[in-house]
Amino acid sequence: MADIVLRDVEKYFGNNYIIRKLNLSIKDREFVVLLGPSGCGKTTTLRAIAGLEEINTGDILIEGKAVQSLHASERDIAFVFQLFALYPHLTAFENIAFPLRATGQSQSIIASEVKRVAKAIGIEHLLELRPSALSGGDMQRIAIGRALVRRPKAMLMDEPIGALDAKLREDMRTELKRLHIENGSTTIYVTHDQIEAMALADRIAIMNDGVLQQVGTPTDVYQNPANLFVAQFIGSPVMNIFDAVNESGKIRLGDASELIPFTAPIPNSTSAGLKLGVRAESVKISHEAKASTVPLSAHLIEPLGSHDIVDLKLGSGFLRARTPSGFVSGPGMVVHVELDASRTHFFDRASGNVIPRMNG
Amino acid sequence: MVDVMAHVKLDRISKSFKGHTALHDLSIEIADGQFFVLLGPTGAGKTTTLRLIAGLEKPDQGIISIDGHDVSALGAAERDVALVLQQYSLYPRYTVRENLEFPLKSRIRRMNADEINERVMRAAKVVRVDHLLDRKTDRLSGGEMQRVSIGRAIVRQPKIFLMDEPLSNLDAKLREALRAELKDLKSRLGATFLFVTHDQVEAMSMGDKIAVLNEGRIIQIGTPYEIYNKPNSVFVAGFVGSPAMNLLKATYTSDRITIGNNAFSVALSAEQRVGLANHSGEITFGFRAENVALSTQGSEAFVHDVENHGVEKVVTLKSGDQLFRVTTAANIPLHIEQKVHFEIDLSKIHIFDGATGKRIG
Repeated sequence: MADIVLRDVEKYFGNNYIIRKLNLSIKDREFVVLLGPSGCGKTTTLRAIAGLEEINTGDILIEGKAVQSLHASERDIAFVFQLFALYPHLTAFENIAFPLRATGQSQSIIASEVKRVAKAIGIEHLLELRPSALSGGDMQRIAIGRALVRRPKAMLMDEPIGALDAKLREDMRTELKRLHIENGSTTIYVTHDQIEAMALADRIAIMNDGVLQQVGTPTDVYQNPANLFVAQFIGSPVMNIFDAVNESGKIRLGDASELIPFTAPIPNSTSAGLKLGVRAESVKISHEAKASTVPLSAHLIEPLGSHDIVDLKLGSGFLRARTPSGFVSGPGMVVHVELDASRTHFFDRASGNVIPRMNG
Repeated sequence: MVDVMAHVKLDRISKSFKGHTALHDLSIEIADGQFFVLLGPTGAGKTTTLRLIAGLEKPDQGIISIDGHDVSALGAAERDVALVLQQYSLYPRYTVRENLEFPLKSRIRRMNADEINERVMRAAKVVRVDHLLDRKTDRLSGGEMQRVSIGRAIVRQPKIFLMDEPLSNLDAKLREALRAELKDLKSRLGATFLFVTHDQVEAMSMGDKIAVLNEGRIIQIGTPYEIYNKPNSVFVAGFVGSPAMNLLKATYTSDRITIGNNAFSVALSAEQRVGLANHSGEITFGFRAENVALSTQGSEAFVHDVENHGVEKVVTLKSGDQLFRVTTAANIPLHIEQKVHFEIDLSKIHIFDGATGKRIG
C-alpha cells in the first residue's frame, strides 16, 4: 500500500506536449480516476507511473521514493489493461498463479493465494476453465485477480471495463469498488467515461490537452467545476452554457429576446464578458406562470424512461431541462421556466475559468 | 418536402449465413414518416435487417415491400434509400461541397448545375455544415464528418434513411448533440428513418417506435414508453433503462412474493394476485431503481456500494443474499455497510415467469 506523488511531470516530443507540468498527490488507499477525452494524456500518465513510458522531466514518487529511473518490474505495481491479455492455453487458476510462479513461490502458498483472490473476485467456480470458455466479464475478473495476487503497492487500470456491454459495466463498477474497499490498494484508474469516473472515484483528476484541469471529489467537480471544460465534460446531459448579459435584475442568455428573472447577484465581468452555466436539473419548469418565471416553448422531448430531457427554445439556441416523465406533453407546448440561481455557474468568456460566486 | 415518405413492411423474413441463422421469421411494419429504432446487443440481427431493406442482402424467405410494392427484384440503387454508416466513408481529398454533390452528379440523374447547387446548399444548412463547404473533409472533426455523411444522404431526397450506429464513434457530448439534431431533422424532412443501435439511451430518446431484437428474433415492438414501463420479458426489462432494472429470483405463493433465499418479501394487491392466479413457484421479480425509496420503515438492507452520478446517487443495497440498486437524491448522506430501510412502489413492479422469462404481471 502506497502513496504516489507526481511532481512537475512532463512528457513531450519536440514542441508537442503530451503531459505538461503535472502535479498530483494520491494518498495511500485512495481510488483516483484520471478522466479526459482521447489524446488528453491520461493513459500516458498512467503508463509513466507504471514505468512503461519514460518522462522527460519531473519526479514520480512511490512511498516517497523517486522511481522514474526504475524499471517497471522494480516498481511493485500491477497493471490491468482494457484487453484482457490472459494466456489462452492456461486455466484461470494458472493465469492468476502466473506472477507467483514467476517469483518462485511454493505450491502451498500459490494455492492459498489464488484461492484468496478468487474468492474476493467471485470466480472460485471458474478456476479450472480456460479463457476461451469464459465471458468477457469473467476474463476481466481474472485479469484483475492476476493483478491482485501479487499484493502490489498500487493497482493501475486502463479502461478495464471499456470493452464490456452496458449492463455488465454497471455490475463490474460495483464489484471494482467493493474490491477496492475490501482490498485497500491505492488505485489509479483511467477512463474517458464521466459516469464511470463519478461512480468509482474518491477523487477525479480531469485532463485535457496534457494539462490537469481540476482535481476533486465527484461532488466537487460536479457542483463546482473550475472551468468550462470541466463543466461540460462532467454530467449528462451536458451543462447548458450561454453568453450572459446582466440587465437590471434580469439576465439575457445568448441572443434570446426573453429576459430571465434572476435573483442572485451577477458577478461583474472581468474581461470580455460572462458565460452562464446551468445543469438541466437546475432549470425548473412548471405549468403556471410566476413573477420569477419566463415562458418558453418546448422544441424536442427526449424520453429516457425514468425522466425526460426537454429542449426549450431560447433565441437561436436551446435550454435543456430535466423533467419527470411526460411532464411536457409534446413539442410546441409552452412552459414556465425558472433558473435555480444557487446552482448556476459563471465563467469568464475569454479564459473559460469559473468566476467565484459572490457571497449572499 | 413532400413525396419523400415511405411505408416499409418486412413480412416473415428469414436469413442465414453459412448455416448460421441470422434472422428468424421477422416481421416489422414502419409507418410513413416514423423514426423506427432497431435495438439489441451485438449479433442480434439489426444490421442484417437494415442491409436487407437497403438491398445489400437478399432474404432467404419472406417479402420486403416499400409503399406496398415488393422490392425483392430491385437492386440497392433502385430502392431510393440512403444509408449512413458508423464509418463516415467520405472522399478525403474532396471538399465538403464535392462530397455533397457526388450522389447528384451520377449520369443517370442528369441533374443541372443549378439544381445540384440548390440541393447541396439546402442539405448543408440542414446539417449545419454550410460554413464548411470549401473545406477538405480530412480537416473536419468527427462530428462534422458525420454531419456531412448525413448531408450526403439528404441531397438525394430519399424516401427512407437507413442509419447503422451513426453516433457510436463520437464522444459523449457530440453524441448527445447529434441525437437531438437527428430527431429534429426527422421532423423537418418528414422522411422515414430506420435507425440501428445497441445503445438504449439513443433508442429511447429518438425512437417513435422501438423494436428490441435478440438472437435474430423480435422480442418486443413498442413506443419508448411501452418498452420502458411494460417490458414483455426479462430480456427487454434488463436491456432498457439505466441503471438496469433489478431482476431478482423469487417465489410466488398465494399472496406473497419472497425474494431470494428469504431476503425479503412483498405482499401483492388483490388485482395483482388475479393476474398471477395460474402461476405459483419460481418467478423473476423486477423493479427499477427509481421505484424504491429509502424510508424509516419497511424491509431492512445494508449499503453495499454508493455511486455518485451528480444529479442523483445510485446505491446498491444488500438484503440477505440479494443485491439491488436504488436511486436517491444526491444530498442524502450514506456510508458503506450502513443499515437502511427501503420500500418498493408495488404499483410499479414487474413479474416474469421464472422459466420462460415472459411477463406475467
